Amino acid sequence: MNLAYRDIKHNFLRFALTNFGLSLLLGIVIMMTGVYGGLIDDALRQARAATADLWVVQADTKGPFAESSRIPGDTRELVSRVYGVERAGAVTYQSVQAELNGAPHRLFLIGFELGRPGGPSKIVAGRQILRSHYEIIVDRRAGLALDQEVPLGTRGHKFTVVGLMQNEVTSAGDPVAYITLRDAQQLQFELAPPSTRREQARGGALQSNDQINAVIAKVSPYVPASEVATSLSRWKHLTALTQAQQETMLSQVVIERARKQQLLIMVLLVIVSAVIIALIIYTMTMDKVRSIATLKFVGAPDRTIVGLIIQQALSLGIAGYLAGLALVFIFRPYFPRRLVFDPESVAAVFIITVVICLIASLLGIRLALKVDPAEALATSG
Amino acid sequence: MVGETRQAVVSVERLSKYFGAGTARVDALIDINMDVYPGQVVGLMGPSGSGKTTLLNCIACILEPSSGRLTLDGEVVYDDCWLKADLRRLRLDKIGFIFQYPNLLPFLDATDNVAVVLQLAGLGSAASLSHAVELLDYLEVGHRKHALPKQLSGGEAQRVAIARALANRPRIILADEPTAPLDSQRARIVMDLLRRIAIDQNAAIICVTHDEMILDRFDHIFRLRDGRLETEAPLGPHLETAIAG
Repeated sequence: MNLAYRDIKHNFLRFALTNFGLSLLLGIVIMMTGVYGGLIDDALRQARAATADLWVVQADTKGPFAESSRIPGDTRELVSRVYGVERAGAVTYQSVQAELNGAPHRLFLIGFELGRPGGPSKIVAGRQILRSHYEIIVDRRAGLALDQEVPLGTRGHKFTVVGLMQNEVTSAGDPVAYITLRDAQQLQFELAPPSTRREQARGGALQSNDQINAVIAKVSPYVPASEVATSLSRWKHLTALTQAQQETMLSQVVIERARKQQLLIMVLLVIVSAVIIALIIYTMTMDKVRSIATLKFVGAPDRTIVGLIIQQALSLGIAGYLAGLALVFIFRPYFPRRLVFDPESVAAVFIITVVICLIASLLGIRLALKVDPAEALATSG
Repeated sequence: MVGETRQAVVSVERLSKYFGAGTARVDALIDINMDVYPGQVVGLMGPSGSGKTTLLNCIACILEPSSGRLTLDGEVVYDDCWLKADLRRLRLDKIGFIFQYPNLLPFLDATDNVAVVLQLAGLGSAASLSHAVELLDYLEVGHRKHALPKQLSGGEAQRVAIARALANRPRIILADEPTAPLDSQRARIVMDLLRRIAIDQNAAIICVTHDEMILDRFDHIFRLRDGRLETEAPLGPHLETAIAG
């Protein structure tokens, strides 16, 4: 006879309500792991989407994500000619604010050369960019539809949405969009018409738009990427970073503070959960003092009493965890940030929950073991 | 007398119990001697604070005496110190206890309240349930076997509690004012039931009570006053039947 199960069944409404409250708390812990996973994944996604072996950026910078980097547009030609480089593509990165569907939205624009590395890796609807101007591929999160026109830049050029992507957002949660390199250079470096006229009037030299933020290089499998990076770094105006260096920098430097904040919140939530579970189990045990005294009186060994409390604590924790997990997955699509769960994190929260329950039940066990069997003789009914 | 022909199931010799020390010392029991024999239903009476419940707790191995000797079912369990390590197991095997209030586990139905004691003693699930139902039938509450304690009347709940006390066929049944929450008619029914059990199971029943209306239901009455056994009332009309049984 499972006393824990019988007690839960008897007080099912109370158990369900307690469980609901606990599931919300554990749901938040699980959600925070998703936010943390999403933060890392989003930070690395753009660097990984480029499928680069090497990132060639402005000398002594950690660009193009950690720091701004500006290099001449013809750098790609130079990089392409280095021994070991199979393919290379110039890219630009910029954040823009655009009026989308009547509301201001931020977009992270990536300019790339058609047919070269740096373009969108996966399109879920529509097609690749084929024309050299005014076509855009954007993440679904921007809320745009295929063939919709988006005005961008100081000259208000209208870009037609030709393709849609899924889960391509930055670590700040902004949707990513791809346009051609020429369009991106115009948006990033071209002055508005009044500013151009003023520059001409004061006799200033016309600035070249042929600037890029980085060159992405694909290296031959027969040549070590580090060797190519060393060759490229001999040019004093360039720095070459391997993909591994770029990812390490993004995950450990760029989002370090956000990562620590998430971790701290998670630790605090785990502590709060532990305290709440301990109090719930203690209260549940307090409610059963007379029953425990009676069980002891009629000869129940301590292991029966301890088993009752541990089983109830685990039932509460595991049911709360599963309900919390279900809630997170039900409401995941409505969450403003992308939640990324890896099995290890989800399993870790489960193990933490079980450990918390076991530790939290110690308080209840201590109380139960101190119950005097003679309390069963107390005269109150 | 009885002691010459049959061995006492409960034998208390020079048993004392005090609380506190020095000037704060309170002597709750002083040199108590009593024997209770199989088939006997004895009453333990006395005013409040006379030591009835303390004596019952000592016999139930809930409370450690300060000195003396306690023998249960032929086994010396206390001789100035506990001689048995696992007193809970001893209670489970040898003692059934009927509380003043039924003290049924609120989350178990009547059958499970009885079966839980059998399962704690090591009986299998099916066998314990079957035996529990038999006991409930014996105590004429079989028709309420699926009812939760809160759905039972006072008398029914007390019968289920008695069934639980009988579950492991204990040789000693201790009852702490079992008729207190019942009216006089039901109190008599419960006492008659205890008598039947004492005879059927050859058990010794010690019953703490204040109820003067049920005195004729006891074979023997021990009266306590200020921790001392004051008098032993004459044997009741049932003793001969009990001995014969």
